Amino acid sequence: MDSSFVRRQARHGWVAIDFTELWRYRELLYFQAIRDIKVRYKQTFLGALWAILQPVMTMIVFSFFFGKLAKVPSDGIPYPVFAFCALLPWQLFAYALTYSSNSLVDNANVLSKVYFPRLILPIAAVMAGLVDFLIAFFVLAGMMFYYGIFPGWALITLPLFTLLAIAAALSVGFWLSALNVKYRDIRYTLPFLSQLWLFITPVAYSSSLVPEKWKAVYGINPMVGVVEGFRWALLGKSTLPWSMLIVSVIATALLLVGGLLYFRRMEKSFADIV
Amino acid sequence: MSEIAVNVEGLSKQYRIGERNSYPMFREALIKAVSAPFKKLRFKLAGKQVSKTDLIWALKDVSFKVDKGEIVGIIGRNGAGKSTLLKILSGITEPTVGYADIYGRIGSLLEVGTGFHMELTGRENIFMNGALLGMRRHEIKKKFDEIVDFSEVEAFLDTPVKRYSSGMYMRLAFAVAAHLEPEIMLVDEVLAVGDAVFQKKCLGKMGNIAKQGRTVLFVSHNMAAVRSLCTQAYSLDAGKILYHGATHDVVDHYLKSVKSPKRLKHYTLDQRQDRLGDGSAKIVSLKIEDENGDEIINSSSRLKLTIGYRSEKPILHPQFSATIYDFSDIGLISLHSERTNDLPEVLPPEGQVTCVTEPLYITPGRCFINLALLKGGMRADYIEHAAYFDVEAHDIYGSGKLPERNWVVCLRKYTWSTVGNKSE
Repeated sequence: MDSSFVRRQARHGWVAIDFTELWRYRELLYFQAIRDIKVRYKQTFLGALWAILQPVMTMIVFSFFFGKLAKVPSDGIPYPVFAFCALLPWQLFAYALTYSSNSLVDNANVLSKVYFPRLILPIAAVMAGLVDFLIAFFVLAGMMFYYGIFPGWALITLPLFTLLAIAAALSVGFWLSALNVKYRDIRYTLPFLSQLWLFITPVAYSSSLVPEKWKAVYGINPMVGVVEGFRWALLGKSTLPWSMLIVSVIATALLLVGGLLYFRRMEKSFADIV
Repeated sequence: MSEIAVNVEGLSKQYRIGERNSYPMFREALIKAVSAPFKKLRFKLAGKQVSKTDLIWALKDVSFKVDKGEIVGIIGRNGAGKSTLLKILSGITEPTVGYADIYGRIGSLLEVGTGFHMELTGRENIFMNGALLGMRRHEIKKKFDEIVDFSEVEAFLDTPVKRYSSGMYMRLAFAVAAHLEPEIMLVDEVLAVGDAVFQKKCLGKMGNIAKQGRTVLFVSHNMAAVRSLCTQAYSLDAGKILYHGATHDVVDHYLKSVKSPKRLKHYTLDQRQDRLGDGSAKIVSLKIEDENGDEIINSSSRLKLTIGYRSEKPILHPQFSATIYDFSDIGLISLHSERTNDLPEVLPPEGQVTCVTEPLYITPGRCFINLALLKGGMRADYIEHAAYFDVEAHDIYGSGKLPERNWVVCLRKYTWSTVGNKSE
């Protein structure tokens, strides 16, 4: 009997995730992510500087209007650092929201001509976003040094919050990329969705402004837990709003598993309708 | 008993007509979700079934077995289900009913250059494309020199492929794909790339793959290639296996069946919006057939075009023009009534004109027709790409061999002989 045997037949309903196959295609994942990064900054004047420019400009605008003029309280942390620290995971998420969600539609010709695990595409898009995230991280380190903010022991939890951010990014990527294949409205909703989502995430303001009794509900937005977690791990001043964080983690887990299942369910029809 | 590589049982694939082109809107889905239960109820009450008319079977109850090391050709008209079959076997799409068992690592080559990125260099694309086709990085590294050698683009390896000529691009793309080493290879029409010399090289490469004992399923319109590569062949028509057996028999049978008449090809054009001209007279329909009324146009058909027109008033000094273009918009034949001067000076406000040609003698492939109607030298109506037709292969030399469209367009009958042969 041959070691590699497959049966192609109709699969009905929910389909399990084939992790061994994903692992076998890990190099494609890597190349796809590298390609996304290379292509993104090819023939641009500023190149990778864009990765820094975008969050820095946003930070400056936020600092001026929200920090200086509106005097939004920032939990005793200098407003620019306060905002930039939140913009870091936010950019990753917003990137996923756009690129991961469009990843299947943008690769329609490949989808209908070559077989590979379709999950590669939205995952690769999130991975490509991680590069921007890392570059911007150095800017944050510089800013913290400038303002004399040094993280405490909580810093060791940062990888966990980064994972949470990645999970949140992946989950929207799975949901929206699969939906986008079927419903092209999604594409037009994305800019609007990312704008709206920014407002319901404590990037420009602090979640401490949210009344206590609403905090658990507020935490349903996965990015609430991520952003507050980042501030807690890196800037260390505020206390960690546990209830909100737990709700966020649960929400992310549900969204991620649901997204994966939905993606797998829709996957078989991608090549037919994309 | 020989080992089986592919075993297909009752494979069927159903598509919804228009599924590929129309994207349901989210709003419609929401409305559907709300109204569906009511609709179902209404259907149930009325004892009706949901309409099945917009469903078509691209593949219907196809069963066959391929032994290890066999090279099997799959032929058939456009839309016969060949590509659907390969897509199911490669896992791109799922069958609706039935199954296909595949014993061994499978690799598919359904389109040369898929996944190539214009902004990336040749070198980057080799790795990227290799990974996409299922090659591991160490495999690609091992084969890298061979791939570059085969593609003849060494000098441009670090140039983005957008600066490549189309020939270079195709050569590189084929080279990557040809160096895949799956146990079972699915190939769809890849020989239709590049110049004649490169095509020959590709064909040679395919032959080598065959000699290494790998199993190949080869879909092609190129009967000569199928004949020279494959031992067994299947001919598909309308999603079913029409004929199967030794390649020569199947190809002969296919070429004969291509000649059999089918429904008429009739284009209604009065709703077309993308037209130019002053609109004082309009081309409303076009019928494409051969002089005997067959819809199948083959390499030696006499083409007959029947153009319907409409106008407010009788048309003075009418001129009709039909120009036939090939796939890359190169003009092949111009049929202009001004040159032959055989239309009357005045045409009634509504009617039809027809044009019949000599045998086309052009290579198999798709042709587009641009139509124009002139009135006293002024352009009244003009429709670009008003219609297309496919020229099917016709064995005009009686050898089953025809040159390919991307090499030459014109065919002529000819004879070769030795000079000064006394025995005549």
